[in-house]
Amino acid sequence: MESNYINDDQLDLLLNELASLYGYDFTGYARSSMKRRVNRLIIVDKFTNFEALLETIKNDSTYFRRFVEEITVNVTEMYRDPSTFKMIREKVLPAIATQPFIRIWHAGCSTGEEVYSMAIMLHEANLLHKSLIYATDLSSLAIENIKQGIFPLSQIAKDTENYLASGGKNNFSEYYTVKKDTAIFNQNLKTKIITATHNLVSDSSFNEFQLIFCRNVLIYFNKSLQDRVLTLFDESLETLGFLILGTKENIRFTKVAAKFSQPDNTQKIWRKIL
Amino acid sequence: MAQNIVGDCDWPVVVIGGSAGSLSVVTGILSALPMPLAAKIIVVLHRKNTSDIILLALLSKKTALPVIEVEDKEELQPGHIYLTPPDYHLLIETCNSFSLDSSDRVHYSRPSIDVTFISVAEMFRNKVIGILLSGSNGDGAKGLAYIKRNGGTTLVQNPETAEFPFMPQQAINLNCVDMIINGNEIGNKLVEILGKLSISPES
Repeated sequence: MESNYINDDQLDLLLNELASLYGYDFTGYARSSMKRRVNRLIIVDKFTNFEALLETIKNDSTYFRRFVEEITVNVTEMYRDPSTFKMIREKVLPAIATQPFIRIWHAGCSTGEEVYSMAIMLHEANLLHKSLIYATDLSSLAIENIKQGIFPLSQIAKDTENYLASGGKNNFSEYYTVKKDTAIFNQNLKTKIITATHNLVSDSSFNEFQLIFCRNVLIYFNKSLQDRVLTLFDESLETLGFLILGTKENIRFTKVAAKFSQPDNTQKIWRKIL
Repeated sequence: MAQNIVGDCDWPVVVIGGSAGSLSVVTGILSALPMPLAAKIIVVLHRKNTSDIILLALLSKKTALPVIEVEDKEELQPGHIYLTPPDYHLLIETCNSFSLDSSDRVHYSRPSIDVTFISVAEMFRNKVIGILLSGSNGDGAKGLAYIKRNGGTTLVQNPETAEFPFMPQQAINLNCVDMIINGNEIGNKLVEILGKLSISPES
C-alpha cells in the first residue's frame, strides 16, 4: 500500500544526514518525487518505519549505496521518443558534421541506452570515427553497464521498433550479438564511448561539447538546481551547440532561456545562440 | 461557510481520475464549469502513448477555460485545467507548481491516478475534491481513500452509469466515498460543491 510514511521534517532530516555522513547533497532534488521514492524504498526493503530506514542508512554504508542507486536510477530505453532521434538524425547531425572533431555529453545517462543509440546514429552518418561520446551518471552501477554494453534481450523488440521509427535504415541486429538473454553491443561502438561518474549537483564542466543530452533528469531537480545544471550545460556548450532535454522538460522559465533558441517547438532540442 | 482566499495555496483543488470509458464523463464535467472558475483542476487519464495533441484539443473544445498539458515545474494556477502528460507521473511540488516523475508504473499505469491523488492530498489536504470515474483498473481507489483521510471531499461515478464499473466500485468498497453520482450529473454536482465553498476569485 502506498501512503505517506515520511513527512517534510523527516525528509529534511534524511537529506541532512546523507550530506553530512556521505557527502551526497540531494537537497536540490524535487521534494515530491524524492518523498515518493523514499516511501517506495521503505516498502520494498520492508522497513517498519522511517526511523528504521534512517538508522540503517547511518550505520550501513553498503545499504547507503543501494539507497543511492534506488533513489536515482531511472527508466530509459533506446531511441526513447523516436521523433526526437529522427530530428537529431536529420537536422542536428548534418549541422555538426563539418566539425573536425565531435564531442557529445550524455549527462545523467542512466544505464546508457541513449548513449548506444547515439553511437549507432553517428556510425550510420559516417561520423563515429571522429566523435567522442562522454557518458556520465551519478550511479557507478549504471556506468559499469555502459562500459559493458550489455542490455536485456527482452528490451530489443521495443528498441528495434524505436530505431526504425527514428529513421534507422539498417538491420538493427547488426549492432549486437545475442548471448543467452542479453544483447551485447559491438566493440566498435564502445571504443568511442568514455564513461565516468559525475554528480550534476556538485561537479563542474570538464570539456566543451557540440551536443549535450540530458533527458528526464531535470524533472527530478527543483528549480534552483535546474538553473545550476542548465548554467553548467551552457558553459559546456560551444556557440551553436545543441541541448536535448526530455519531452516534458522546458527551459522557458529558467535562467538560460534567453541564450537558446528552439528550432522546432514540437521537439525539446535547443540551440545555443549567445 | 465563507472562506477567504489569502494566497495561491488556499484555492480548492479538484482532481479527476479516469480510465476506460471516462472520456465522455470528463468532457461533460469540463463543459459544466463556469468562468471564471475559483478552483484549480487536475485531470489524470490513463491513455495510450498515442497523440496527446488530439486529447488536448478535444478537452479544450469543451470549455473556455485554459486547458494545459503539464510540463515539468509548470505553474499551478486557479481557473486552469491541467492534463497529465502521457508516460509520466504527475506530482505536486509546491502549492503552485507541478513536478513530473518517470519512475516505475503503478497499477501498470504511468500516469497513475493513485500517485497524483496522494500527492495532491498531501499538499492540499481538506481543500481537495477527488473524483474517480469509469475504468477497469484498480488504480485510484487507494488515492481517493487517502484524499478522504486527509480531510478532502470524495466523489465517484455511479458504477451503474459507468461503462467500466470496476474502478469506482473499488473506491466504494474501501468505504471512502462521500458521494456516488451518475456520470452525466457530476459536472453540475461539482459546480454546486464549489459554490457552497463560497469562494470568489480575488480581484
